[in-house]
Amino acid sequence: MQAPSTSLLLSIEALASGLFLLTALGTVAARQLLTCFHLFVWQSILLSASAALLGLALSSPHLLAVAAITLATKTMLIPWLLRKTVHDEVYRIREIDQVLNIPTSLLLALVLAGVGYVFFVEMLRGIAVPAYALVNLPIGVAVLLLGALTLTVRREAVAQLLALLVAENGVFFAGIAIVPNLPAIAELAAAVDVPVYTLVVGLLTRRIHSELGTTMVGRLTALRED
Amino acid sequence: MLVHIGYNLLQVAVVIGFAPLVEGVLARLKELVQSKRGPSIFQPYRDLAKLLCKDEIVSRRSSWIFRTAPYVAFTAPVFVALLIPVLTRYPLFFAFMGDMLGVGFVLAFGGFFVALAAVDSGNPYGPMGASRTRMVGFLTEPVFLIVFMIISLVAGSTIPYIVQSEWIRSPAAFFAPWHVLLVIAFLLLILAEDGRLPVDSASGHFELAMIEKSKSLEYSGRGAALMKWGGAMKLFVLMVVFLNVLVTPWGLAGPADTSLAGVLLAVPLVLLKMLIFLVVLVVIESSLAKLRLFRISEFTGAAFVIAVVAMVSRLFAA
Repeated sequence: MQAPSTSLLLSIEALASGLFLLTALGTVAARQLLTCFHLFVWQSILLSASAALLGLALSSPHLLAVAAITLATKTMLIPWLLRKTVHDEVYRIREIDQVLNIPTSLLLALVLAGVGYVFFVEMLRGIAVPAYALVNLPIGVAVLLLGALTLTVRREAVAQLLALLVAENGVFFAGIAIVPNLPAIAELAAAVDVPVYTLVVGLLTRRIHSELGTTMVGRLTALRED
Repeated sequence: MLVHIGYNLLQVAVVIGFAPLVEGVLARLKELVQSKRGPSIFQPYRDLAKLLCKDEIVSRRSSWIFRTAPYVAFTAPVFVALLIPVLTRYPLFFAFMGDMLGVGFVLAFGGFFVALAAVDSGNPYGPMGASRTRMVGFLTEPVFLIVFMIISLVAGSTIPYIVQSEWIRSPAAFFAPWHVLLVIAFLLLILAEDGRLPVDSASGHFELAMIEKSKSLEYSGRGAALMKWGGAMKLFVLMVVFLNVLVTPWGLAGPADTSLAGVLLAVPLVLLKMLIFLVVLVVIESSLAKLRLFRISEFTGAAFVIAVVAMVSRLFAA
């Protein structure tokens, strides 16, 4: 009885990880800031679901705690903080300023996702790892790289913050698979850390927006002294 | 064998018979989402009956291409219906006549003829729509090819029936991350190929913005009916490939029960699956705005990237 339900849970976890990767690709392709925001929330929900499913499948209370903490911070607290601190006008941006155009950044995303896969699957080949780690780890690394790419390409403060959070999600996603017994204290530390830097960046963005009327930080290249 | 031929023809009859219904339900659902009552779900049948009774007017300047195109547009999905698992899970008589590339080829052939006819008609909007369709077409082509490549890699075959039974045999592959990505890529493909909303507005009446519809503007009477019917069948056939082969391979008549009752029982199940898909389609279409023409490459580019990532993850993680 135990075995089939475990394999079913792991299958659904694999499904969630596919969708997780999809949301990261979505953040690379999205032009509207609000879409990026929603994708991040969905991605966090999937991360939490994935942790919960792995926790149930491996009967690990640590992962269930991770799922609960992720759900509380990343799908509720952080979005709420972002909506509160950053002016509403910023979320109405329909065309995020980008260094590269979207097809080019999508192709780069393709290369990075490929690197995530090729590199990590080759690295894990000699080591005995469970099947779910083989699913999660390359996807986590790919999402980390995609987040870093988005962070580099975008010229918009809030979009960059969201990219950073996406990259952070990727790290966690890889983490829950390789360290199922992650001490809850580490997760708790991250759960405090991430909202704090969201708050700091959010407040900074608010300040930039009120001073300059824009959040296109890509334009802030020179220091003016007077 | 005769029974198999019979079932095969039954599949074609189902595609021909229910395609307008699907169109009607789609239109009705869309109106319901917009808090309107909308026409009856049987309206497309009435439209077809009316058009078939009317006289056809053909420009004296047009050539045979213009006159034959509606027949090609109508018969192409009919041929496809012979090749794909509409009702049964076991291969029928014509199943090995062509594979999924064959399906793509037949549909593309129909599309090609319609595009030629649009150029032939002399209407200024026709060639514009035709060239735009070609643009969307060549952007979606690589996605098609990669999706087919992954499928053939997994199932060891490109015959739709064999691919379909592969998902039933191995549920682990069904839930694999690359399968989800594949399904999403194919969904985006259907939206682009069938002229659905982020790419083209199927219910728009503004000629300058048309992609799909402008090609049949010059048709009247029987020609218009066949074009309309053919378009509905194309959507039906694409949905069958998507639902019965890729997403939900269940609910079809199995090899254990080859009786007519079993095959007929599959009809409501397939229609139910389609209804669910139509709801999803309506949600997508109602929540997205039409893309600007030169942004379509971003949409298909996203589909391409998703398909290639699916391929990479299948090649390296399996």
